[in-house]
Amino acid sequence: MAKVLVVTSGKGGVGKTTSTAALGVALAKGGKNVVLVDFDVGLRNLDLVMGAERRVVYDLINVVQGDAKLAQALIRDKRIQTLSLLPASQTRDKDALTDEGVARVIAELKEKFDWIICDSPAGIERGATLAMRHADVAIVVTNPEVSSVRDSDRIIGLLDSKTEKAERGEHMDKHLLLTRYDAARAERGEMLKVEDVLEILSIPLLGIIPESEEVLRASNVGAPVTLSDTPSAPARAYLDAARRLNGEALEMTVPSDRKGLFGKLFGRRAA
Amino acid sequence: MNLISFFKRPNTSAPVARERLKLMLAHERAAFGASDVIALLQDEIVAVIAKHFPVEPEAIKIRMDRGDAISTLEVEVEIPTPLCVNISLNAPKPELKAVNSEADAPRLASSGPKPDSLGPALANAAKRERVDLHIEADG
Repeated sequence: MAKVLVVTSGKGGVGKTTSTAALGVALAKGGKNVVLVDFDVGLRNLDLVMGAERRVVYDLINVVQGDAKLAQALIRDKRIQTLSLLPASQTRDKDALTDEGVARVIAELKEKFDWIICDSPAGIERGATLAMRHADVAIVVTNPEVSSVRDSDRIIGLLDSKTEKAERGEHMDKHLLLTRYDAARAERGEMLKVEDVLEILSIPLLGIIPESEEVLRASNVGAPVTLSDTPSAPARAYLDAARRLNGEALEMTVPSDRKGLFGKLFGRRAA
Repeated sequence: MNLISFFKRPNTSAPVARERLKLMLAHERAAFGASDVIALLQDEIVAVIAKHFPVEPEAIKIRMDRGDAISTLEVEVEIPTPLCVNISLNAPKPELKAVNSEADAPRLASSGPKPDSLGPALANAAKRERVDLHIEADG
């Protein structure tokens, strides 16, 4: 049974696109048929983060408006056979997306894929509500920082009211993905702790992605962290999160690249 | 950095962030209708009350305050005064305390006048009795 997952946050720059790409790769590596749908019309970036920017011909709006067939717009990943991307339009007006059009495309995608991952634009406007509209599951990406937590709270409210599932009176499945987390700083009282954010937002935790240089390196080269055969700390965190999405019960940890006493003593200063 | 400052507890701003967030979100959740549990509760409470009294949905106000150990759910129901006799007859359960908060409104008890003997003037919507229910729950 196909599942529609929305990756959302309210605030921009917290890691929605990065997380969409990393989780998509992780799920596809596990053998699932996955499609990533970029809803950020006018500011598309998922293609860049996936390293597919030069392969975009048609986009979501072309398909919604019937100018292109879905099969023409889908870009199959060259590294992982079971992973595809449906890019957003960079030039078109975001009003070109209609509720009925999006519903039709999602329904068509559900016939072909196990996971449909919708990368939401920032904000709480129409683009964000369209991206979450048909979702079965939501991931709320949050940084341990006041403005991000506040915006996440707003988005959780929208997920509980503006989605089809909520309107049918069903429970919207929401998960927290805490990104850019620095366990050492949180321990020293310089950063909100996991427990603090969980207590405030009161939704279950999907994963904790540690702050890492690897994340920027991955977007620099257009290869999500989870693609690597020797997974870094954030990659391990995303791989675990993907397994939890598939229903596995795994112990929650904050993966770290630091090793041994030497790393613990001297790694702190850099934090 | 000298030895003393190295061992001294660094400034901890995270607890400040935590408290500021909790305070602000308590307000915002109330303002935005909170998580829609509140909206849902409102609908269901209206439905239950409407079974017994002819109340307007707008006459029921629901507010939620989230605290550290305890969260409170405040339900305020405005019912046309003559009908309040029925509420007093159904004595409130121990965990719910019903407060007749408008002192100038006629005090009604089970021994009080029957609704129909109050006369049509009191049935006027302007004269309403407020019934506040405070339900406290472990946060």
